[in-house]
Amino acid sequence: MSTAIMDLPNTSVDLSTSIGSLHLPAPTMTASGCAAAGAELAPYLDLSELGAVVTKSVMRQARSGRATPRMAETPSGMLNSIGLQGPGVESFAAHDLPVLEAAGARVVASIAGGDPEEFGELAARLARESAVGALEVNISCPNVANRGLVFACDPGASRAVLEAVSEAVRASGRPDLPVLAKLSPDVTDLVAVARACTDGGATGLTAINTTLGMVVDPVTLRPQLAGVTGGTSGPAIRPIAVRCVWQLTAAKRAGVLPDVPVVGAGGVASGADALQLIAVGACAVQVGTATFADPSAPVRVARELGAELARRGATRLADVVGIAHEPGRGLR
Amino acid sequence: MAAGAGALAAAPGEVAQGVQELAEVVSARPVGAYTHLVLRAPEAARRARPGQFVACGTGDSGMLLRRSLSLHAADPEAGTLEVVVAAAGPGTRLLAAKRPGDTVSTTAPLGRPFPLPAPGTPAVVIGGGYGAAPLPWLAGQLVATGSRVVGIVGAASADRLLGTSAVDEATALDGVADAVVITTDDGSLGAPGRVTDALPEVLHELAELGEPVVYACGPMPMLRAVHTTTREALGDGASTWLAVEESMACGVGVCMTCVLPVAAVDDDGVTRTRMLRACTAGPVFDGDALRWDAIGAAEHLRGGALVPDDAVGAPKATGGH
Ligand SMILES: Cc1cc2nc3c(=O)[nH]c(=O)nc-3n(C[C@H](O)[C@H](O)[C@H](O)COP(=O)(O)OP(=O)(O)OC[C@H]3O[C@@H](n4cnc5c(N)ncnc54)[C@H](O)[C@@H]3O)c2cc1C
Ligand SMILES: Cc1cc2nc3c(=O)[nH]c(=O)nc-3n(C[C@H](O)[C@H](O)[C@H](O)COP(=O)(O)O)c2cc1C
Ligand code: FES
Repeated sequence: MSTAIMDLPNTSVDLSTSIGSLHLPAPTMTASGCAAAGAELAPYLDLSELGAVVTKSVMRQARSGRATPRMAETPSGMLNSIGLQGPGVESFAAHDLPVLEAAGARVVASIAGGDPEEFGELAARLARESAVGALEVNISCPNVANRGLVFACDPGASRAVLEAVSEAVRASGRPDLPVLAKLSPDVTDLVAVARACTDGGATGLTAINTTLGMVVDPVTLRPQLAGVTGGTSGPAIRPIAVRCVWQLTAAKRAGVLPDVPVVGAGGVASGADALQLIAVGACAVQVGTATFADPSAPVRVARELGAELARRGATRLADVVGIAHEPGRGLR
Repeated sequence: MAAGAGALAAAPGEVAQGVQELAEVVSARPVGAYTHLVLRAPEAARRARPGQFVACGTGDSGMLLRRSLSLHAADPEAGTLEVVVAAAGPGTRLLAAKRPGDTVSTTAPLGRPFPLPAPGTPAVVIGGGYGAAPLPWLAGQLVATGSRVVGIVGAASADRLLGTSAVDEATALDGVADAVVITTDDGSLGAPGRVTDALPEVLHELAELGEPVVYACGPMPMLRAVHTTTREALGDGASTWLAVEESMACGVGVCMTCVLPVAAVDDDGVTRTRMLRACTAGPVFDGDALRWDAIGAAEHLRGGALVPDDAVGAPKATGGH
């Protein structure tokens, strides 16, 4: 286990949180696509100590993903263009979920589809799996019916996807299964898309997915990624994530959005980073790209967060969620 | 897939468990154009085998991702790993500049090692440039189980060579392998030409002792040539184990950036191609399993691999890709 983890004292801060019916003993999760099926991280952290494992977005069928190169490192970040490589939902349910369940992990299953029907089918299929504690709906994937424009950029399409998912969840016999809509920052009006998602039945929001970027190979003067453009992640996008969670929380406080839990993601590599997202309103955070350099990061960040809170005299994580919106409410 | 894979003593299916350690640099010294580092990482040193790699952090440099380096050696008693770094860009420059007492954050050992053949199987170990790094360790294990081992090390020019006593004794194949052949593209040391120019003669000589096994580590065009040359020289008769160097964001199997198209026989007896992670399914692959028709096929992508049309889950001509 990493020395970074061992060195941190256990704090008495209550870090538990919940996303609807899913209770989490710790507020950090992996981020979809940054922990594969989850089991890959088992040599480096205790999967049951994580708030939850968010699995790679799964589709109906197996997908090869894109050609390579799929990655380009950028200042304080990276681009990826994976193309949703995965084994398909049946293989995921048969092989990946049981491993996570046996490890005692709470599972947020991320789903992706080419049309609302595929999303609905995946939701119905995975709601049948008791190991799945929540669904995260990756609407940042191409809409087949609309020339591949991502659902998340269109409130109407986003709403249609969430309607199909929540319909399937209601019909599944597990109507309480939390449904997180994962938002893209690449929109003009984030709150409008978020509202479309909650109108469609989302019971929580995850913000943010990657933001679209591009790198030109300095030698060939061609796009460096085989997929031409890629999603930017890592500390480079943290200010965008903080801004997005702030906007969503402000809209909730103004009554423009219903009071649903917001999960923060984007550039979190330390407890102090996580605390920024929590202060603007996230009740839990996902750790994505930081896992590539430090596979123990999702657990380390929770421990560091506990230490950050203890240092400020806080005893409960819940007491600091959204504190940045209340100038009068303070900690040391 | 592999001809002769059934004869392997070590199970190629075994997956390494990596461990994170903050390693102290025990020694650092120039070796030809490269830097040889000894890192104190006792747990990794206990687990490591030839063909595996270490992912090295670059500290607070601002570079986010780790740099992968092949393990040159591991000493479980001393608790050390050894690597040979070629300063190619900012990350490897930083690592090559490490001095004794500095620290490097390591995750190791990663990936699958070179599978070892049945005892006594003749073997050739081939390295291009710093790709020769893992070969003396591998050759030592092969010799210990009774193999006759011939090494071929090559580079563009003498100053880029590794693995020969002409450059450095301690990292050389000389004295470990039974014979060592040197090639340079410009003829500045050894035979003028490529490693694959020397390969057919070595293969034919070794084939008299039994069906040889071929190990290679180096740039992808060299690995392709090693595979082609082996097939031309011996037909289907020798297995090739090739250590690839794909761009890796994580090295531990979580990001899916490092994939290559690889064919394998499924449980139902049908051969299918999948995009496999070089960091967990590799870096050592069976040369017959790599889909050479799709690897390096797009020149403007400098390396890269395409998704073959017949791969599992390949994009359809129309659809949401
Ligand atoms: C399994 C494996 C074993 C390797 N063994 C060795 C070794 O023993 N000695 C050695 O000197 N080098 C080795 N390399 C190559 C080494 O990892 C790269 O040269 C290094 O990552 C480049 O980083 P940079 O910052 O110096 O260069 P930059 O070109 O600035 O790197 C930019 C980005 O591209 C990636 N990248 C660039 N070139 C490569 C490459 N050739 N392979 C993988 N990623 C690359 C980097 O990781 C980084 O994210 C190995 C690579 C792999 C995958
Ligand atoms: C390699 C890679 C693959 C990703 N795959 C997915 C995915 O399949 N589904 C998804 O919703 N988000 C995916 N993401 C986005 C992350 O889950 C996360 O939202 C984003 O990277 C921002 O967080 P970070 O800066 O901590 O990485 C991926 C990100 C990366 C870097
Ligand atoms: S480098 Fe991340 S999966 Fe191989």
